[in-house]
Amino acid sequence: MKKYRINPDEGLEFGIYTLGDHLPNPATGERISAHQRIQDLIEYGVLAEQAGVDFFSVGESHQEYFATQAHAVVLSAIAQATKKMKIASSSTIISTSDPVRVYENFATLDLISNGRAELVAGRASRVGLFDLLGYDVRNYEDLFEEKFDLLRLINENEIVNWSGEFRAPLRNAKVLPRPVDGSLPIWRAVGGTPASAMKAGYAGVPMFMAHLGGATSTFKHTIDAYRQAARAGGHNPDELPVATAGFFYAADNSQQALRELYPHINEGMKLTNGGGFPKQLFAQGVDPHNIMNVGSPQQIIEKILHQHEVFGHQRYIAQIDFGGMPMDNIKRNLELIGTEILPAIKKYTAKNKHEEETE
Amino acid sequence: MKIVGLSGSQIGSKTRVAMNAAMKSLSENHPEAETELIDLADYKMDFSDGRNYLDYEGDTGYVTKTLMEADAIIIGTPIFQASIPAALKNIFDLLPVNAFRDKVVSMLVTAGSAKHYMVADTQLKPILAYMKAQIVQTFVFIQEEDFYQKEIINHDVLMRIDRLAEDTVVLTETFTKIREAKEAEYDF
Repeated sequence: MKKYRINPDEGLEFGIYTLGDHLPNPATGERISAHQRIQDLIEYGVLAEQAGVDFFSVGESHQEYFATQAHAVVLSAIAQATKKMKIASSSTIISTSDPVRVYENFATLDLISNGRAELVAGRASRVGLFDLLGYDVRNYEDLFEEKFDLLRLINENEIVNWSGEFRAPLRNAKVLPRPVDGSLPIWRAVGGTPASAMKAGYAGVPMFMAHLGGATSTFKHTIDAYRQAARAGGHNPDELPVATAGFFYAADNSQQALRELYPHINEGMKLTNGGGFPKQLFAQGVDPHNIMNVGSPQQIIEKILHQHEVFGHQRYIAQIDFGGMPMDNIKRNLELIGTEILPAIKKYTAKNKHEEETE
Repeated sequence: MKIVGLSGSQIGSKTRVAMNAAMKSLSENHPEAETELIDLADYKMDFSDGRNYLDYEGDTGYVTKTLMEADAIIIGTPIFQASIPAALKNIFDLLPVNAFRDKVVSMLVTAGSAKHYMVADTQLKPILAYMKAQIVQTFVFIQEEDFYQKEIINHDVLMRIDRLAEDTVVLTETFTKIREAKEAEYDF
């Protein structure tokens, strides 16, 4: 885990991610400007660090209703405005970028942030960026696999010799600058199905598993498949961190949490994904064994601890700001995270402290 | 209530003639319903390549978005090689797996032979069920001899089409009411 800058003895890491979506607030039907949204995201990062959050990541989507196409630039602003928190992408669409340029950006982000940068590489759930950036969507999988492999090769070797199908060959190429510790933690974004997780496992790459709703036990299969594939690929699963990422919303009680969150998710998904979130499934989100972390702070603490027990994962990453969520609600969530949720999670998952408690 | 008729073939006239009758029945007997007929013969459709339906342009984007916005869909299909046409299967492949959730879907089938009667039950309904449709179980099966010079000449078929249109409307109203009542109970 050290290679990935994770110390399990310190307990479950608590992170926040944003897709960088730029959607109207369904309560008013109005949308803030992209200018305001970017400023808010930088402030979000600063406030997250103040609340004690371990990790903050920003995604890349090239389509309507998103504002962080240049996510590495947004991340560098957050890096400059913060001091301790880890900073990453969620995710970088490596398929439609040049891995050399991506690595240069994130290695520089690591230098700006004094060694806090990580990279999560994904395949994109919407494919408009293939047209926009001049790639053929027919090569959706091949582009990702080839470029992800090259990205990892650059991370492991300062001088690279490589040739492939989708990029000019590299001959004794020096990819600079290098990150503070020589390499970056690079994760593979996984959509929640075992088949997708196994690809990360075989390659021995840390897994960033995003999920909507559903039974926690269902996602356990995905994580098991990941670790089995890692073992089959000759890697030690105990050395490979797993992160889970999904909807989070805390309020005084679960009913209020559902009421405040639902319109943002439902209306936001209609616009970005073409289908809303059924109320029945959303109502089940508060169940202790449902993977969505929605409810009162105490309910959320119990859910996250249950998930930690089932998954044995190293990092949980909360998505709070989707669908035009007002900044005031985000701030209230950060306050609950900082004062109630995070301290409890650390208390029960950090090794040394927990032993002291029980002695 | 928005009802979309989908004539599921690029070739032939019988399915379109039957769909015209279904749309006429809707407008005469259920004028409150907003209707639109999509005949795949009039559109140039891409084959599904797995992308989100919002990412298709042109006719493909129009047809998929129109279907996704419908409350109910009446599918008309001929039988080709003992199955549904590739053009119709392509529509299903273009849509998300839960595309028909909270939608009512009904069917009328035109065929050259009565031997194809079970095709809708064994091949079309399982796809609709997988995609979460509320299915109007009784479909209208229309044979070659029911048509003459691009008209339906069997009056019984027209009565069955009237019943199909009515069942589609009534079931859509019913499921909408049930869903609205249930959603109101959630109180969020």
